[in-house]
Amino acid sequence: MSNHTEEALHVGATIGTFAKVWITLLALTLGEVLLAYEQVPTMIMLTVLIGLSIIKAALIIAYFMHLKFERLSLFLTLFPMLIFCIVLMLIFLGDAARLPHMRPPV
Amino acid sequence: MSSEAMSSQAGVATSVWAGGRSPYATNSKKFGMWLFIISDALTFSALLFAYTYSRVSNPNWPTPFHFSPSIIFSTIMTFCLLSSSLTMVMAVHSMNHGNRKAAGGWIFATMAGGAAFVVLHLTEWLNLINNEHVTAFGNPWGVPLFGGTFFALTGLHMTHVVIGLIYLFIIAQGILRGKFKAEDVEVSGLYWHFVDLVWMFIFPLVYLMSARI
Repeated sequence: MSNHTEEALHVGATIGTFAKVWITLLALTLGEVLLAYEQVPTMIMLTVLIGLSIIKAALIIAYFMHLKFERLSLFLTLFPMLIFCIVLMLIFLGDAARLPHMRPPV
Repeated sequence: MSSEAMSSQAGVATSVWAGGRSPYATNSKKFGMWLFIISDALTFSALLFAYTYSRVSNPNWPTPFHFSPSIIFSTIMTFCLLSSSLTMVMAVHSMNHGNRKAAGGWIFATMAGGAAFVVLHLTEWLNLINNEHVTAFGNPWGVPLFGGTFFALTGLHMTHVVIGLIYLFIIAQGILRGKFKAEDVEVSGLYWHFVDLVWMFIFPLVYLMSARI
């Protein structure tokens, strides 16, 4: 009985899928390293790097950490509040950006 | 009235959000590890934000990461962690199919990736300390916050990798002796993937954003 449940849970991901996810993660990492040496404005570079990292994190969570094959209730319990709390940390970005302009000239 | 109570009880038992016996259909160890991972994710995001805000508020932020060795090393370290995640998935897969010997082997392969990461990271630290004269309390650029935030962030991550190595070793030698179940390997895998996941943010934010040829 318990064996049967386990088989049903693991049906979504095969070794081939894991290998594909791994290759995708390596390719995204290589893309990030190449991008680091391109002459692009800092904000665009930061946005693209964070965007690629979020894609990589999502792949790891969904496939390696198996969340894609868990119940939706587990995802809904854990992740919306995590994302909300992380976004809350952006509150101080304005202060950080303003600080250099508030320093008296040396 | 008694039939009303019975029907509402049946509703509790079947509805996911009303409680029920197993609302997440996972065992308690796995759910506990997920809760730990979420709280640890908040710790790491706070440190990453602290690093980023310190950098934004200091125009002369140091960028001591040369292509060789810093960027090459950190890229190889990323490769080590990603590959060790793949071997960890294989360990969970073998254990789910009842193959304890293969699972043990895959976990030792995972540990090899983690150990390579720690060795490379320490080499990179020593390079920063000896060749770029960056310490946790000062550096030639006069921005002590750089060393403080950098060593706190990467040091806490390295501590997690070392704890993961110890955790995996306990699991590996246990399953080879017939101890532990498939779910225990899966829970240790969750922790290991999380350590990998955190590095996916530290690598671009700390290293790639400061890459200097």
